[in-house]
Amino acid sequence: MRFDYRSRVAAALLTGVLYAACGGSDGGDADAGNGESGGEAAAEVAAIDPSTVGTISGTINFSGDAPAMEAIDMSAEPDCAAGFGDEGPMMQSVVVNGGGLANVFVYLSAGVMDAPAPYGAATLDQTNCRYAPHVMGVQAGQTIEITNSDNLLHNINATPTENRGFNISQPRAGITSRQSFAVAEVMVPLRCDVHGWMEAFVGVVDHPYFGVSGDGGMFTISNVPAGTYTMTAWHEQYGTMGMEVTVTAGETTMADFDHTGLQMAGHLVGEPLVIHHGSDEVVFNRAQQ
Amino acid sequence: MKSDRLGGSTGLSGPVFLASALFAGMVVQLAAAAQGLAQDAEAGKVVYDLWCAECHGVNGAGDGPAAASMLPRPRDFTQARYQIRRTGSGQLPTDDDIRAAIRDGLPGTTMPGWPNLSARETEDVIAYLKSFSRFFGMGDPPQPMELGTDPGGGPAAIESGAAAYLALECEACHGPSGRGDGASAPTLEDWRGFPIRAADLSEVWLFNGGSSVDDIHTRVLTGLDGTPMPAASDAMNAGVVTPEEVWALAHYVASLGPSQAPPLNEVVRVGRAEAGLPGDGDADSWGQAEAFYFPLGGQVIEPPRNFAPTVDGVWVQGLHDGNDVALRIQWNDPSRSPDPSWDEWQLKVSETLDMDGAFDLDASLAAVDAEITEDEPRGDAEGEVPRYPDRFYVQFPFEIPTSSQRPYFLMGDARNPVYLWTWDSEQGVGAARGRGLASAEELPEDAVAGQATWSEGRWTLYVRRALVPDPEADGITFAEGATIPVAFQAWDGSSGETERRSSISTWYYILLEPPASNRVVVAPMIAMLLTGAFGLVLVRRAQSGD
Repeated sequence: MRFDYRSRVAAALLTGVLYAACGGSDGGDADAGNGESGGEAAAEVAAIDPSTVGTISGTINFSGDAPAMEAIDMSAEPDCAAGFGDEGPMMQSVVVNGGGLANVFVYLSAGVMDAPAPYGAATLDQTNCRYAPHVMGVQAGQTIEITNSDNLLHNINATPTENRGFNISQPRAGITSRQSFAVAEVMVPLRCDVHGWMEAFVGVVDHPYFGVSGDGGMFTISNVPAGTYTMTAWHEQYGTMGMEVTVTAGETTMADFDHTGLQMAGHLVGEPLVIHHGSDEVVFNRAQQ
Repeated sequence: MKSDRLGGSTGLSGPVFLASALFAGMVVQLAAAAQGLAQDAEAGKVVYDLWCAECHGVNGAGDGPAAASMLPRPRDFTQARYQIRRTGSGQLPTDDDIRAAIRDGLPGTTMPGWPNLSARETEDVIAYLKSFSRFFGMGDPPQPMELGTDPGGGPAAIESGAAAYLALECEACHGPSGRGDGASAPTLEDWRGFPIRAADLSEVWLFNGGSSVDDIHTRVLTGLDGTPMPAASDAMNAGVVTPEEVWALAHYVASLGPSQAPPLNEVVRVGRAEAGLPGDGDADSWGQAEAFYFPLGGQVIEPPRNFAPTVDGVWVQGLHDGNDVALRIQWNDPSRSPDPSWDEWQLKVSETLDMDGAFDLDASLAAVDAEITEDEPRGDAEGEVPRYPDRFYVQFPFEIPTSSQRPYFLMGDARNPVYLWTWDSEQGVGAARGRGLASAEELPEDAVAGQATWSEGRWTLYVRRALVPDPEADGITFAEGATIPVAFQAWDGSSGETERRSSISTWYYILLEPPASNRVVVAPMIAMLLTGAFGLVLVRRAQSGD
């Protein structure tokens, strides 16, 4: 599947429209620098009234044949390879366990009217020559503390398109770099150029209503103000899916996504190609040009 | 901000218009006073469309028609990711940064300097470049990093810098000797996914951001955004290296090669080794032979062309002993081909560089993205990546010309063939007759011999042959004192270089110097004889005349 540049632009524009619809900033007035601002500056946690919020919980079901996990050849870094068992290190792109797909970024993509400022810093570790976690979410402006736990050189090369990128070297264990992304962008890819297999994805959204499916495909988004939203689930190989969810105060709304392992195989990383908005399905590809 | 446009668009009445025009004029003048010259993006568009769009594209996306033949790719201004800055990683460049890049170009890339643009044109085009990206104009203007001042160089600094090179693990990409042969070098990509080389640090004169110690120091701390080269600022702040050691690192890197392109000589002077010829390329006795540098360029005349060759120059030394001649030829190539660890690199290069067709950004991006999609087999029909050896040819005319006429430099033609010393990393050294590119016809009787060794990103090729060819062999005679045309051609198999896709030099000369002792004795004698004869003539004329 190949998509031309115009369709990417169209997809990006539509994403922008969705962000605008959910009260997000498209970057027009924000400081797009990747300074160390954010996080701690807004250290006050807004008091949450439990009578106004609910929880979204669900599973990313995976019904198809799970592809075999791809092994990483870490022979160049024996210290890292030693951190894994007999099976050796595996890529974290497609992790299916008990019929659930891990590393899916789930977030409210439309309907959020108001959101508290980011609180605290998010953390990203580099350990045994892999990113931990492989997929994460942050709020726009939130500080990300990126730490090297390996006593060897990693570089963190972030290549967003809506935000400023950065490329920082950490040649030793214990170094922490603080970065942030100023505006919403799903997803920002991070890679280590020293170790070509090391890749992570950061979903940057304007609010704290996001989650990442864990081992077994489970995710939970808590403290969501009651209301009706569009929720989007992103996976690096299987693309994006959307659904409408209604959150009722004091209750948990169950919202499962079903992947067959066929959708969107081969889509381009970080670029949404199918957006389900309510019951409408918008597909961007050559055939629609 | 021109007053006529201001008046036209607002439709204000006379006095109000005059006042606002005056006010606008004052603002422009104030801005001009503050920044030197005011910038006019619209005027910059004219300059850009004329000079820049061919490579950078009319919309600034780095996708001009010429971009397809370039590695690294031209800058995509829409993302405002500038390699050469004095600001921190991820920050926008200052106007000074952009101005310097326009004026000086980026050595080692296809971006030339534009010193002939007027100051006005330069400022205008800066404004236009910035207009391609929405990042400019957001927030505060970018500020250069606090980079400190150079505490000075010298042997101690260079030694300390070599330690910093290891502490920062520069060799992961740049290799132990800095020739771009680090373990990670074959996997490097720019931010678009196009393949990009780790810089060969021994080619200091080709550094994208300039060759001075100050330039190198800045690149270490700011990184080269859009490339895999990270900023070491956090590592320095974390105490991995001290600020002094970063300066020392810059001195060390600057010491790895000449800051200016090596001077170009026309002639390889092959001295006479009275103590005998070195037996191989590693012999210490090569130290006595002068090394001559010759630049090589991609073969872009006959398709398939090579717009981004790996080998960009070669160092040649020669010695002879009256019976044999030996050459030591050295060139940098980060891969010892064929090498499976460069397969992915080779695929990406062949998919990225469009040698002869029209540039198609979509096709190009789709090709480099194919590693993600894996929905089509790559490589040849069987999905195999063809692995080519590295090769090198030394080329001479078959007939030593008596005038400046030489065979066609691309390995001769049917009428004027060339005599080749060939080397192949799998086949070794041999001789051949060339009648045009990719037409080498082996000369098995030729006695040329030699071998090559690869170490830390550099090939050392040793070739040796008798001055007079074997009667059965179809070679040329190297006569002392004769000036013989010579040219060089190189292939890096791991970048898909094979057949016509090569680096090639133009014709130069090789000269076997007669024995030094002969010169010392013979030259004064000839001078004496000539002087005597001239004297005789003068005397005769005086006697026969009036």
